[in-house]
Amino acid sequence: MKQVSAGWDWVLITIHWLTALTVFSMFAVGLWMVDLNYYSDWYKTAPHWHKSIGLLLAGLTVCRVIWRLLRPRPPKLGSAFERAIASLVHLLIYLLLFSLFVSGYLISTADGRAIDVFDWFAVPSFGQLFDDQEDIAGSIHFYIAWTLIGLVSLHIVGALKHHFIDKDVTLKRMLGKKHLS
Amino acid sequence: MKKLALALAFTLGASVANAADYIIDTKGAHASINFKIQHLGYSWLTGRFNDFSGEFSYEEGEPKVSKVNVTVKTASIDSNHAERDKHLRGDDFLDVKKYPEATFVSTNVTHDGDDEMTIIGDLTLHGVTRSVSIDAHKVGEGKDPWGGYRAGFAGETHIALKDFGIDYDLGPASTEVKLMLHIEGVKQ
Repeated sequence: MKQVSAGWDWVLITIHWLTALTVFSMFAVGLWMVDLNYYSDWYKTAPHWHKSIGLLLAGLTVCRVIWRLLRPRPPKLGSAFERAIASLVHLLIYLLLFSLFVSGYLISTADGRAIDVFDWFAVPSFGQLFDDQEDIAGSIHFYIAWTLIGLVSLHIVGALKHHFIDKDVTLKRMLGKKHLS
Repeated sequence: MKKLALALAFTLGASVANAADYIIDTKGAHASINFKIQHLGYSWLTGRFNDFSGEFSYEEGEPKVSKVNVTVKTASIDSNHAERDKHLRGDDFLDVKKYPEATFVSTNVTHDGDDEMTIIGDLTLHGVTRSVSIDAHKVGEGKDPWGGYRAGFAGETHIALKDFGIDYDLGPASTEVKLMLHIEGVKQ
């Protein structure tokens, strides 16, 4: 059995909120940047940043999962049904995040080109892995992004329900509040 | 009954052969549909369509082709850059889901002296059909080393993207696309 702690690790708290901010920003930027005018100042910059931040978040999420599995977590709260749903949603959010990273990566690397991460380093391509790769990966990336936002909304509703209706510490402990009864 | 069927088959076969004496050799990739467009007015960007098929009618020794039909799968656009190709397939440009094929059907071919000709025909692209004129010439014809007979032509034309309802703004230097066509047909 997994060890149980009083609250969340500060590393996980930081990554959680950083990921939340990034996911919403990336979603908005992603929808906006594909309709940019060719002469827009952002035409090249926005996709470059979107890809750079996406790959950095992918790396961070790998570390996050490892950290999360190694460290104790606070107990799940709520009814058995709520706990099961929460676990399922959390698992799906992780799966969707990774699907998003992979599909995004596959769009830009379909022709063998590497992806430059802020001109700091380049993530190499595996080449074309299947036919119509950039189009198929592009559609998947688009629909997964919307699905993720949908699940995150459910996640937020759940957190607010714990906080305002059940009046438990679910949300508080993700804000780093210690010594909760 | 057998005779009738045979005669019918023969007639059908003959009429098909007449309408399209030569099949464009896309199988062996001895044909290509290339395009180029100015980038910002500073250089040319080139690309091609990888998947197309067609046929033309041509009489040995004639100065010109008499008929050309080509069908292009628009999704096969290839400018050697996956992200750009994805954009070109999308609804800002070719909208390949809605318009998976572009076609060219010649309506009139005039001989302009020597091996030169003007091929006028209907180009359907992005759901819009317009008449275009291709300046073409015969490159050569003759037996191939494997028992067949081939004839090849090259042609050029240019189209305004706006004429075909593609109005994404690529800048004032990039409103027209030049098409460079090379076709080699194998006699049937």
